[in-house]
Amino acid sequence: MQVTRRQALGLSAGAVALVAFGPGLNAARADAAATDKSLMEFTGGKAPATGRITLNAPEIAENGNTVPISVSVESDMTDASYVESVVVLAEGNPNPSVATFHFTPMSGEASATTRMRLAGTQNVIAIAKMNDGSVFMDKKLVKVTIGGCGG
Amino acid sequence: MFSRRDFLTASVALTTILGPGMQGRWSQVAAQQTLTEEDLLAAEDFGNVTLLHITDIHAQVKPLYFREPSVNLGVGEAQGLPPHVTGADFLKMFNLTPGSPDAYALTSVDFASLAKAYGRMGGLDRVATIVKRVRSERGDKTLFLDGGDTWQGSYTANATAGGDMVEVMHALGVDAMTAHWEFTYGTDRVNEIVESLQFPLLASNIYDAEWNEPAFKAYEIFERGGVKIAVIGQAFPYTPIANPRWMIPNWSFGIREDEVVKNVAAARAEGAELIVLLSHNGFDVDRKLARRVEGIDVILTGHTHDALPEPVMVGKSMLIASGSNGKFVSRLDLNVAGGAIKGYRYRLIPVFSDVITPDPEVAALIERLRAPYEDELKRELGRTDSLLYRRGNFNGTFDDLICQALLAERDAEIALSPGFRWGTSLLPGQAITVEDLHNACAMTYPEAYRSTMSGQLVKDILEDVADNLFNPDPYYQQGGDMVRVGGMGYRIDPLQSIGSRISEMTLLATGEAVDPARDYVVAGWASVNEGTEGPPVWDVVEAHLQKNPNVHVEENLSVKLAG
Repeated sequence: MQVTRRQALGLSAGAVALVAFGPGLNAARADAAATDKSLMEFTGGKAPATGRITLNAPEIAENGNTVPISVSVESDMTDASYVESVVVLAEGNPNPSVATFHFTPMSGEASATTRMRLAGTQNVIAIAKMNDGSVFMDKKLVKVTIGGCGG
Repeated sequence: MFSRRDFLTASVALTTILGPGMQGRWSQVAAQQTLTEEDLLAAEDFGNVTLLHITDIHAQVKPLYFREPSVNLGVGEAQGLPPHVTGADFLKMFNLTPGSPDAYALTSVDFASLAKAYGRMGGLDRVATIVKRVRSERGDKTLFLDGGDTWQGSYTANATAGGDMVEVMHALGVDAMTAHWEFTYGTDRVNEIVESLQFPLLASNIYDAEWNEPAFKAYEIFERGGVKIAVIGQAFPYTPIANPRWMIPNWSFGIREDEVVKNVAAARAEGAELIVLLSHNGFDVDRKLARRVEGIDVILTGHTHDALPEPVMVGKSMLIASGSNGKFVSRLDLNVAGGAIKGYRYRLIPVFSDVITPDPEVAALIERLRAPYEDELKRELGRTDSLLYRRGNFNGTFDDLICQALLAERDAEIALSPGFRWGTSLLPGQAITVEDLHNACAMTYPEAYRSTMSGQLVKDILEDVADNLFNPDPYYQQGGDMVRVGGMGYRIDPLQSIGSRISEMTLLATGEAVDPARDYVVAGWASVNEGTEGPPVWDVVEAHLQKNPNVHVEENLSVKLAG
């Protein structure tokens, strides 16, 4: 029979582990740099504050190929004060940019849901840009594993 | 280092105010060596609510031996805290007399000899006696909850796809349950059972993957003793990862802490005066959740099979750990007033099967359910002169036997056996029956695969499983124990991070270091992947026992613990 990693293991295999050592280290550094670059492009060089934005993602992905996430931002969503856009980045993916959501006061609320592919265990980052130019960030570590023996 | 004094300050603050609990009396009785049913079950009439809790029965309907772990390490904030205290340290922490019935029930110390003195524990006919007595004494104040892992783990449960256990739980009169291994019977079977279930299967953390809607009822409000009690279910969050996702493709799990928050608020809004989380999260996950989520009065923990004789307080939440395999029934008497617990009495009732009379009705039901399989169940496959057990972080002798069988029968260099926490124990001198073997491996995906893996892949697997067990953040842990390895030794440092915990992997047959680049023949079982091929693991072990009917397992020294 053809043996895949997943098959091998009634246990738990390590897509994770592959990223965690060996050549993966260099790749991870490159991705972190790319993530920083995307982040700074979005914020216009401003360091984001914490708060106001909430990123919801599973602690451990059930399927790294389609990880559900949602973001919501506290805002009145009025002409005077609203969320312009939210960007979602996956720090460990070859291309960190996952999605950008645009809002207007007409949106009523600033929340969105999507699914993303994660190449391995990594931080998922969501950044919100307000109409006054302020930026807020939330981050969550999502572990990608293949299967385990909990019980 | 954590001391009993710290623990008591934290955990028994309420008791100090309200007077002593019941645990002291048990020790006195134990010292006298005269245990009676009355000693175990008599209780003062206290408060307006009685919660009864069982969990992780793993389809064990008959009295059994179950050795608690001798190694159960905690990492991060859980280091040195219950339940990560074992053996003599456990006896000291809870002030138990070595050699007493409670020492036998709760620890691994002197297990084989004490087991001969005190006999088997559990048996759902004995549990029925306890439940019926409490109901007769406490009437409508009683709420009886099952924390899940109920339908899987025996020959008969496998043969009936959980059907025998559903009948027994109906006879016991369970009020609500949550679940984990139940899902390994697949979506259709779970739906079929849930439709006919006479009580709710609650799970706030299971969603329909396609529509992102709750797949099960999150909570149920019961009125007991004039108190509105909300029971929120929390299924094992990592079921589709630790068990085959392909069997339940449309259900998505996860801890979903925000759902718990919402459901606590919703239940309070509906008038609930007491919030109970019926949880299969595992103890450390619940400890973290209790710190982060306000408003849960009682967490009935499960999954990690811990038995603690006292509640653990986290803020205002009381965590109860009721053990596994029917060895214990938790009884929590509460005085609830004004939407809060004003006082409590807690007792982890040890189900000594020779002390507690079986309930005749449930005993007869169990015999009827087992009758079609009785001849096969008692068929002897061999005999052991060693204590066979599974529970413990790194190895168990029953797993050593399974790994030996995999190496020999599948002609492999390395064997991998999952670190499940279920599986009963056998005493030196006991026959190994078909029933005993199935207690260690009954499941719906038992295929014993044989494949080749590089040394690097074997290391990656060990690292990955070790991180599921020893990640310092409990929300990233899956429970279970370390994968058992045959034919290979290694060194582990649990306090390192993923990729750095495992070292010194050595092939035991030759003493050679495992080469990351070389391929090795590896045999194992319980793959979560669809389409895994191989004979069921019980056939592999039976074939091995046919050739080697006298089992002797040497102490396993192949896993070296750093530090």
